[in-house]
Amino acid sequence: MKVKKKVKTIKIDVDKCNGCRACEVICASFHAAPKYSSNNPARARIRLIRDPIRDVFVPVYAGEYTASECMGRDKYVIDGKEYDECGFCRASCPSRDVFKEPDSGLPLKCDMCEDDPSLKEPMCVQWCLAEALTYEEREEEVEEEVTLGDMELGLKSLVDKHGLQQLVDSVARMSQKG
Amino acid sequence: MRYAETGYNLEIDLSRGNIERVETDPRLTELHLGGLGTNAKILWDRVTPEVDPFSPDNLLIFSAGLLTGTPAPGANRTIVSTISPQTNLMAYSMMGGFFAPELKHAGYDKVIIRGQSPDLVYLWIHNDKVEIRDASHLKGMGTNETADLIRQELKEPNAHVASIGLAGENRVFYASIEQGRSSCSRLGVGGVMGSKRLKAIAVRGTKDVNIARSAEFMEQCNEVLKYIQVRGENPLGMVPPILAGLGSPQEMRIHDEEWHTTNFAWGNARHRRKDFWTEEVETKWTESSENARQRFLSCYNCPMSCGASVAYPGIPKYMMKCYSKLTYTMASMTDLDFGFRINSKAQAYGVDGFTTPQTIAFALELYEAGILTDEDMPGMPSDPEGRFFWLLERIVRREGIGDILADGTYWAAKKIGKGAEAYAHNNIKKHEQLPLKLGMMNPVYFLMYCTGEKINITQIEGQFPQAPFPTKESREEFVKDWIHVPAEKFKQYFLDWELRGENSNPYYPTVEASCEIVDWMEQMHYIDDAVGMCAGLGSFPLKPAYHLHNYPTVISSATGIDMDEVGLKQAAKRNRTLIRAFNVRRGLTRDDERPPEDHWRKRFPELEATLLDEYYKFKGWNNQGIPTRESLHELGMDYVSKDLEQRGILNDES
Repeated sequence: MKVKKKVKTIKIDVDKCNGCRACEVICASFHAAPKYSSNNPARARIRLIRDPIRDVFVPVYAGEYTASECMGRDKYVIDGKEYDECGFCRASCPSRDVFKEPDSGLPLKCDMCEDDPSLKEPMCVQWCLAEALTYEEREEEVEEEVTLGDMELGLKSLVDKHGLQQLVDSVARMSQKG
Repeated sequence: MRYAETGYNLEIDLSRGNIERVETDPRLTELHLGGLGTNAKILWDRVTPEVDPFSPDNLLIFSAGLLTGTPAPGANRTIVSTISPQTNLMAYSMMGGFFAPELKHAGYDKVIIRGQSPDLVYLWIHNDKVEIRDASHLKGMGTNETADLIRQELKEPNAHVASIGLAGENRVFYASIEQGRSSCSRLGVGGVMGSKRLKAIAVRGTKDVNIARSAEFMEQCNEVLKYIQVRGENPLGMVPPILAGLGSPQEMRIHDEEWHTTNFAWGNARHRRKDFWTEEVETKWTESSENARQRFLSCYNCPMSCGASVAYPGIPKYMMKCYSKLTYTMASMTDLDFGFRINSKAQAYGVDGFTTPQTIAFALELYEAGILTDEDMPGMPSDPEGRFFWLLERIVRREGIGDILADGTYWAAKKIGKGAEAYAHNNIKKHEQLPLKLGMMNPVYFLMYCTGEKINITQIEGQFPQAPFPTKESREEFVKDWIHVPAEKFKQYFLDWELRGENSNPYYPTVEASCEIVDWMEQMHYIDDAVGMCAGLGSFPLKPAYHLHNYPTVISSATGIDMDEVGLKQAAKRNRTLIRAFNVRRGLTRDDERPPEDHWRKRFPELEATLLDEYYKFKGWNNQGIPTRESLHELGMDYVSKDLEQRGILNDES
């Protein structure tokens, strides 16, 4: 069955970024509890990778948490300009200290400023007067996903690890033992 | 809980290697706000007038402003205060960039440096961890290079670094402290840092800065942002393009430099070139700028982008600050290309972009006049560009004639003698001024030049137009949305101000109006400097984003301190008066308060004396420019009058 899904995109034009980090400031303040009660860019869910001399200005949004780092790392060279290792990666990952709460180390993730009532665009976009960040929203039709319950999720990871046959055998063995 | 401020200072004694974290008195914040204000209080309390600028007993204070580190757009200034080696008075030099917000997030409002390290060191502040580290491997290194190396060895790409170059290490009297695209350049604060053998301070912070009444505060911040956007889309008419917007003059964006190049003097503040700006020059300079500019750059949390990174073929990349591109160009009587080339070196060495080119131009004038000879300048090239580079190298190393020139034009002229004093013609209180030579005395500017404690016109002017508009209609248009004035009468002063006739300079604005206008303009700077706001959004441009009427709410909602317009003006006046008292205690007199003799061709000694008399009175000072007991009492600073009395500076007659 097809369902409608809202896709939210922040378009990042690195050429327009002037490196002011207002995106970090407003993100950190918006997500403070209570809202706006404090500022701390180290808690921001957007980080500007910034090196003016090399002309590197890359706003990166916090994505998924990952428990282990990649086997290898990437380093992009675009138009002759070398970017940092993992410079475009959104993961909160053990290889680096971005996208982690500075006190607890818990991972941070961009939520597009989900709020009630909802905002017309995320705060970082609103505060980027340089228009390096612009917001786009569209609807897509996607197949409705069958959502898995907790037990199924657990079993699925066991299947991934050991294979279905081994899992079935194990369950059969366990049930015989009563 | 403390709001907007952290409530802690870092006290560093470099002689003993001692580091302390000291809680501050919240009452002082209410009285002095923070930044420059609390710096002045600390200097008053702890640096006696006998202390020499390079003595270990001199303090070097790096302060964030009260609003720095909050989301208030543009509140990113670092205010560095100490005693200037050039003037022997209080120096307060300021920079934008990213240093002060980072310091706030590390948990400190100020770093107060005293003593003198036996060896070259740098300071590493990472939240609660603070270390004095060896910097012998950084000796002689350029400012950007130093910052990069420190970030690498600390493995902290997000650390912000303020550093000195060769000039600071060698105690050049106009050495700067550099930090990325920003610097504290004026009055030799880099030389004081060098005298303490402190190469750099690196800081990284990940703590919260708290806001007292957040909803009210954010409403103000959003209003400010909206206003900045509107002003960006609607530049002011009737003023030169370079002054029409907010921010520092947009030197890297706007190529129309007619105003600077034809109004400011070239060489050693000598020649006006009224015909300089031609279509040909404009085309060539536009091309130079476009080729050199890599990207516009902003400071922390500010939508303006007043600086730019410069990638000029064949020289190391660097970041240009607003006006330096023209100071070297015009002092050397050469071309903009040269300005772009020499700035890379000058910033790596860490020198002031105003004083340095003027001092070099002064030396070359002395050479042309035969006062300095080939014996003083052995091996100096013959072309102007080569000479500028040659002299810069000697100044930052204090080599040969460079050792004398490294003290600035006033002291160098005294040492050189043989009539050299006449060539150091562009100073106030021993400090090099903007190279401006004009015709008719302007009473407002007269007062600002004479009495500004920063001794630099751009740090006191701003709110009132520099010259009258030619037509009544244009003046009426201008005052329509001029909500920034302290009172309606200021609009009238401007409406009535004419280019010629009865209501023109020097007798209009009247003495009384001139006092009020100057006081307002200065007040705005004192507020900005205390809260750490960039002058580019407050005190410097016409019709700014922050002004007397929204500042009280911005400050009180951020800090929780009760603050109305009266209270804010009182705090600004307190800070201003304290700095005056501090400088008076160090020997400042009425006699020092005068513009360069040749600043205006037409002078009016009697009117000028009246202006000064009345302005002193307006400020609550006696006719020697010393704050009176009554005004000090009213500001809650009886301790100041007591001290001045004990020293015989305030006596029964005064």
